[in-house]
Amino acid sequence: MERHTAKSETQMLLEVVSGAVDDAGITRADVDFTCAGSCDYVAGVPFSFVQNTDAIGAWPPKSDSHVEMDGAWALYESWVRLLLGDMDIALAMGSGRSSTSDPAILYPMEMDPFYLAPLGADHANLSAMQARTLIDSGMLTERQMAEIAVRTRRDAKSNPLAQVSGDFDVEELLAADYVNAPLRLHDMPPITDGACAVVIARADKARELCENPVWITGFAHYTELHNPGMRDLRSSTAATLAAKAAGVDEAPIEVAELQASFTHEEPLLVEAMGLGPEVSVNPSGGPLAANPIMATGLVRVVEAARQIRVHGRHRTLAHSSSGPCLQQNLVCIMEGD
Amino acid sequence: MSTRPVAIVGIGQTNHKSKRWDVSLGGLVREAAFRALEDAEMEWSDIDAVVLGKAPDLFEGIMKPELYLSDALGATGKPMFRVHTAGSVGGTTGIVASHLVAAGRHKRVLAVGYQKQSEGNAQFALGSGQGASMGAGGAFAPYMRGYIHRSGAPEDIGPMVAVKDRQNALKNPYAHLKIENISIEQVKASPMMWDPIRYLESCPSSDGACAVVLTDEEGGKAAAAAGRTPAWVLATAVRSEPFQFPGRDPVRPAGAVDCATDVYRQAGITNPREQLDCAELYVPFSWYEPMWLEAHLIAEEGQGWKMVEAGDTALTGSFPVNMSGGVLSSNPIGASGLLRFAEAALQVRGMAGEHQVEEANVAVAQAYGAAAQYYAMWVVANSLDPFGS
Repeated sequence: MERHTAKSETQMLLEVVSGAVDDAGITRADVDFTCAGSCDYVAGVPFSFVQNTDAIGAWPPKSDSHVEMDGAWALYESWVRLLLGDMDIALAMGSGRSSTSDPAILYPMEMDPFYLAPLGADHANLSAMQARTLIDSGMLTERQMAEIAVRTRRDAKSNPLAQVSGDFDVEELLAADYVNAPLRLHDMPPITDGACAVVIARADKARELCENPVWITGFAHYTELHNPGMRDLRSSTAATLAAKAAGVDEAPIEVAELQASFTHEEPLLVEAMGLGPEVSVNPSGGPLAANPIMATGLVRVVEAARQIRVHGRHRTLAHSSSGPCLQQNLVCIMEGD
Repeated sequence: MSTRPVAIVGIGQTNHKSKRWDVSLGGLVREAAFRALEDAEMEWSDIDAVVLGKAPDLFEGIMKPELYLSDALGATGKPMFRVHTAGSVGGTTGIVASHLVAAGRHKRVLAVGYQKQSEGNAQFALGSGQGASMGAGGAFAPYMRGYIHRSGAPEDIGPMVAVKDRQNALKNPYAHLKIENISIEQVKASPMMWDPIRYLESCPSSDGACAVVLTDEEGGKAAAAAGRTPAWVLATAVRSEPFQFPGRDPVRPAGAVDCATDVYRQAGITNPREQLDCAELYVPFSWYEPMWLEAHLIAEEGQGWKMVEAGDTALTGSFPVNMSGGVLSSNPIGASGLLRFAEAALQVRGMAGEHQVEEANVAVAQAYGAAAQYYAMWVVANSLDPFGS
């Protein structure tokens, strides 16, 4: 992942789709259903996803869909489609080139057009308000937030796709000026161009394609009130509901890859989802290490699946979020054989 | 198949107009959703999940508006899903909602499509705000000219479709355009916009929303027992194809043919012209009616215009098409696909009022989008086994 790529969104997708089908040992022609997640506003073009059909190889014409949400929701639609039983293999994607726009101009447009957008409210300043709420209620300190940044950047050193990684000192980070008090630069995600693709298959086909498939055993998403002023910002009801519906408490979770785009969101989500101190959170570095908007959530799924596939874990969790102050949340639980 | 039956038990739509400045976006979608809930005899709390579809966010200037509209659509504490597949999005929205029920994920799902075109300038947005855009009419005109050239259809076919759909709209209380006494002469006298498409052969720009409540077999049977006939979703299909390359036929797109073939196969339809009682097809420009009749295998290739000429596709014809007045009479883009899907359901439920087709037992609906690249179709019927298989 990088700050800016000269590649088009279609080119980025072309690479990750090729990578995903190669990894699955199939070709694009074997894929029965495709679903992409991307955002016209991030691309700055209406119908921006249309050109991305070139990346999926939609010829002959493909059973295909698109969500104006993170690729994690594209995975959800793909998963529901496979549940119907008449298709075996689906491909879910997420992509975005955030580098081409100014977040301060773009993101207020995601907010309530009457009460929030005119104030210029975006994720950076609404998240700062949420962090302030957590600090003021004694749940978190700026030092703890910096410690999260230090940990994720250190963990990201072993992630070859990370954009922000390295060894940092808490004191040095805390000496920096605020960007949006109480948020400093290390509390915020980088701007990232990136894409992600995942192949899923029904059980019989999955066993045919690979020896140790990663199983999706729980999948749910919820939303809540839009306006942060009408919510208790010390928690996330939608994250709690999603985790519960996905079955988080049915067995121990070893690793959680959370779309905690700001440092303060990590402890909030951990508590909202009922994850214990034994759960390893964002060993990839998480969104603080690379934040390809519209793919960030699907990357969490990939990283949580890799924990099973590569690192031999048994049960992991991926989370995605959208909207101001974690309005909308998705949880996908995966297990090994 | 682990798929479960899906029933449509509630349908609502707004009174479509060029400018619904009496309502906010939230007010617009709620108008349709309230009517759908009332039809389904349900409350907001009965709904388990919401699926929202709309075409480009740049048309209203609100990015990912499902976040803001979660409140208006009663989605708080529920799953809210957002679809965007260009002009076909309303159809895809209905299909995604039906799959959530068919897969057993939810018992009652609310599907909503909308567009409030008066909030912005679609032509401007289509050009990414960068300046000129040829718009949809300019993009589709060459395909329609290609159809006329290939089929040898007489020039009055387009105006005939325009008149027929506007006459149907006069019977639809929700339709946007109401042109009393419209005639072929009047259509032909209107300005040529994008040859062969004249002003009165084009869709309007509308504010509007459509909402559909879908439920499972138990819910559908309960509605039927209470005297409210449900529409059963017999089959769904979607297709996408790339934009431009040698070998693509944009006049008779492979995606359109494949999508129809797929949806008929699943529904057990071997002779669409005979087994379907009517069709509600996405026809934003007049010539698309014969083009879709052919690409969706209702007419033989090159013969679709003859159905139009013979009056077969009129409300009282042997194969009525666009009974609601179609996209030519109301075009809130993000809702337009769902309006087609909803009209097919209204017909088989026998609830289409003045534009009801007699003995409508099985109907097909279609929506398409982008440069004729995205297709969504469903077949609905007033019983789960209409062909007695």
